[in-house]
Amino acid sequence: MDTIVCIKQVPDTEELSHIRVNCETNTLVRESVKAIINPFDENAIEEALRLREAKGGRVTVISMGPPQAKEALRKALALGADQAILVSDSSFAGSDTLATSYTLAMGIKKIGKFDLLLLGKQAIDGDTAQVGPGLAEWLRIPQITYARKIEVNGNQIRAERTLEDAFEVVEVTLPCLATVTKEINIPRYPSLKGLLSAKRKEVLVWGADDLFLDRKRIGLEGSPTQVIKIFTPQPPPKGEILTGEIPELADRLIEKLRERKIL
Amino acid sequence: MDFTLSDDQRMILELVDEVCENEFAPRADEISESGEFPSQNVKKLAELDLFGITVPREYGGLGMDYLTWTLIAEKISKACATTGLIFGANLLCTYPLGKYGTEEQKRKFFPPLASGQSLGAFALTEPEAGSDAGNVQTTARKEDGHFVLNGTKIFITNGEVADIYVVIANIDKKSGPRGLTAFMVEKGTQGFSFGQHFSKMGLTALPNVELIFNDCRIPDSNLLFKERRGFKLAMQTFAAGRIGVGIGALGIAEAAFEKARVYSRERVQFGRTISSFQAVQHMLADMATKIEAARYLLYRAAWYLDRGEAFEKLASMGKLYASEAAMEITTKAVQVFGGYGYTKDYPVERYMREAKLFEIIEGTSEIQRGIIASLILKEK
Repeated sequence: MDTIVCIKQVPDTEELSHIRVNCETNTLVRESVKAIINPFDENAIEEALRLREAKGGRVTVISMGPPQAKEALRKALALGADQAILVSDSSFAGSDTLATSYTLAMGIKKIGKFDLLLLGKQAIDGDTAQVGPGLAEWLRIPQITYARKIEVNGNQIRAERTLEDAFEVVEVTLPCLATVTKEINIPRYPSLKGLLSAKRKEVLVWGADDLFLDRKRIGLEGSPTQVIKIFTPQPPPKGEILTGEIPELADRLIEKLRERKIL
Repeated sequence: MDFTLSDDQRMILELVDEVCENEFAPRADEISESGEFPSQNVKKLAELDLFGITVPREYGGLGMDYLTWTLIAEKISKACATTGLIFGANLLCTYPLGKYGTEEQKRKFFPPLASGQSLGAFALTEPEAGSDAGNVQTTARKEDGHFVLNGTKIFITNGEVADIYVVIANIDKKSGPRGLTAFMVEKGTQGFSFGQHFSKMGLTALPNVELIFNDCRIPDSNLLFKERRGFKLAMQTFAAGRIGVGIGALGIAEAAFEKARVYSRERVQFGRTISSFQAVQHMLADMATKIEAARYLLYRAAWYLDRGEAFEKLASMGKLYASEAAMEITTKAVQVFGGYGYTKDYPVERYMREAKLFEIIEGTSEIQRGIIASLILKEK
């Protein structure tokens, strides 16, 4: 049972107040914000580790991003992943979800055979949930999105998909791709032995020249999505609290609503 | 002297911080209220390999130094003093095993202790042997390749939950302390049972249990160190343990100080935050100063221990100073909180109850002063 997990390094949302956007380049200012593994991807790593514990095999973790993303991959190694690969090249800059899924798919093809490809349901920064499905299309394998439970029997996978107010049970033949939700498991902490040994493990770095890429499909050129504007929304205005006796309050409230032309 | 953290230490402490913040601190009140042994926390410590910090690598540990252990224990104790003391009491078993154990004993007992599969404990205290540690009444009688233990221990931390005990007994009562001998005793050995669980003022979830030995036969191979050297072993173990107890007190003091500092900036009286009053400022300044002083006494003691230098005096000073500072700081923290501080709505009253234990265990403050005085008077 060989599993590949795609992870993304994202800004820590617990430090949301430090996150700024650059209005000129329409990008996130990533400096000075603590970077973490996308939380849903931590669930994907955990699921892969549990499957390995039950069925054997290998867990390979892959990420596309700047050189700093090595840190996220090293954490995955500390958690117990067997191998970590960073797909990184300056020519990948500006990739949208289509170009990203294409580039990652080429990286995954280079890794070789696998049974299951796992991702978090979406990244907490972009929130698009498009890279998983995109990858499945590039790799021409079936996909299960929003999986909250996974069972592997032989070459079959049975999964529960979270829907709005129900869940769906699907069965698919391996190899396939699944994106997972928070409900699927509680991610473990790395052990100290894992943490210390990950320091000595190597994170492979693959650039554009290492992958068999169609150069027109990568980076800005391969990205049909254009970000027109990105901005920090204004906080909603503060509410007003009226105090006093109820009859008087009612009058004042009606007055205020009329002022705003709500009544 | 340089306490700059290594990359490994920084990485480990970051992880410990994360676990303390997410797992230990949020449950500390609940653990104290229910009085139930925090097995979930112990499981977490085990999963993280934290019980194996100082255990040599060849026996399944991480082979790191006592200073690293101390830094970790400080964080755990700050988040949850109960968990900190469980972690600390374990050291009272691994420390003498590492220092005095035979190769065979280390091969047998270290791997489960390092992985956290087994918890350790140390048992000397008896109804008549507290500060007067040499007055142990439990006997060990030699009998065809075995020792037969009879007697009762009290207040034993990690009692009943622990699997491996270092037990001090007397093989020759006429010789007094010179008859004391240490043994490794496993839970489940015939004739070894548990009695009363002591109900306490604070740290209610920390097991402090009576151990009963009734013709408990243990093999010769479980003799730890040499016959008649148990008193020395116990004194050495207590000296190292004092660093652990001191750091436990420091952790509580840090938690209390932090709560008081934050609260003082929120609480408004006379139209201003109470942090703007000099009376409160001076309390906070004293707290912060004592915390730093205690911290470096204890770090230095651990550093001496790691370097193989005489650390006993520093360990006693650190334990004495940190536990008395913790009592004072937690009392002051309640004062900063005023009436609210006395209620169970805030954790500061719990810190105050917890701090008191640290002035008593591992040698009372009075015993520490005695040790320090005798050591400084012996110096040339």
